[in-house]
Amino acid sequence: MATIAEEPRLGALTPLPARVADRIRETGDTWTLELEVEAGAAPVIAPGQFMMVYAFGIGEVPISVSGPPNRPGPVVLTVRDVGAVSGAICRSEPGAVLGLRGPFGNAWPVDEAAGGDVVVVAGGIGLAPLRPVVLRAIERRNDYGSVSLLYGARTPDDLLYPVEREAWRDEIAVEVTVDAAGGDWTGRVGVVPKLVDAAEFRPETTTAFVCGPEIMMHFTVEALLARGVPAERIMLSMERDMRCGVGLCGHCQLGPTLICRDGPVYSFADLAPWLEVREL
Amino acid sequence: MRSLDDLLADVPLFEGLAPGRLSLLAGCAHNVHFEAGEQLFRKGDQADTFYVVRHGGVALETFVPAGGSIVIETLGAEEVVGWSWLFPPYRWHFDGRALDTVRATAFDAACLRRKCDDDPALGYELMGRFAQVVIDRLQSTRLRLLDIYGRGDDR
Repeated sequence: MATIAEEPRLGALTPLPARVADRIRETGDTWTLELEVEAGAAPVIAPGQFMMVYAFGIGEVPISVSGPPNRPGPVVLTVRDVGAVSGAICRSEPGAVLGLRGPFGNAWPVDEAAGGDVVVVAGGIGLAPLRPVVLRAIERRNDYGSVSLLYGARTPDDLLYPVEREAWRDEIAVEVTVDAAGGDWTGRVGVVPKLVDAAEFRPETTTAFVCGPEIMMHFTVEALLARGVPAERIMLSMERDMRCGVGLCGHCQLGPTLICRDGPVYSFADLAPWLEVREL
Repeated sequence: MRSLDDLLADVPLFEGLAPGRLSLLAGCAHNVHFEAGEQLFRKGDQADTFYVVRHGGVALETFVPAGGSIVIETLGAEEVVGWSWLFPPYRWHFDGRALDTVRATAFDAACLRRKCDDDPALGYELMGRFAQVVIDRLQSTRLRLLDIYGRGDDR
């Protein structure tokens, strides 16, 4: 784990204009945008990396990239409208221009998980940063043993990528649960960590990729550890309060690490000492 | 075909129970089958049975006037459906509906309570195991009460 004393990346603070090429409504408050960078080559983005997205005149927020990884092309972002900036981004119609900085951060070790089983556990909008993991695992399906996606959301209406998720079932196991549902819902109702108990994987060979609200990740980690998945191979994406994206401002400091620069992906083994410190 | 004793030995709820005790439980059990949409029980009915699901899913539901049915929780393979049989007045608190084809082991509650009365050690053992089921459900409910997917903010 790097320390905060390392040199920040000072050259990456200027947003580049990117035009909205497409905008798809995912749920009542969540949209997927495809952005084309106006000048220069399209960025190649590793799974798990994030962009700083600037709604001009309003503000800037970190958004994880949800598109296919490791290839040039439009920057795909799935954004939930939870405030002034994310709301403005969600309302950006095709043709609108947003500012982009990045990609920043490290990557999910998807390729490193080859040879073993893979469990992807997502909660709510947490599926967006994990979509590149799923796409990469499907792309290299023969390199892995079992691959499972365990996904939870608040209600059936809040579930992301419904059509694509069904198609994923041809390649991987997909289990979905929601916190609340009406009588017409024929899927599961319950919390995501419970899906871990019933999922089929060999714990000793498994790499788990987890993203969602921190409390969801906490209980998911407990369930994975109880199944015998090593703490070193439980990977979490932390998305705490990132502002500058380059390790300069210090807002996202967690113990000895700056999440925007050294993360957002960490193993639970690395994070465990800091997650229980109340002042952090 | 596997005997009920063998089937019960694989159920997490009964893991580690002595073979003699499994046979006692099996004496109160039989296998059942429900088609998708079929009701296992309805709120207020006599809770004279509990189930261990072997295959399929069961939705626990409650009816909200003018709101229709709401699914409280779904339970799947190897999970226990029902603890209303443990405590008076032995009435179901919710509706139970098969989400798909359900195969389960049904236990006659009166038979089981009688055996527990005759053998308090068995009763203590079973009560401890059901307490764990209740605790697990309580923890899940607490987590859902946190509304963890609720709206955050841009920071």
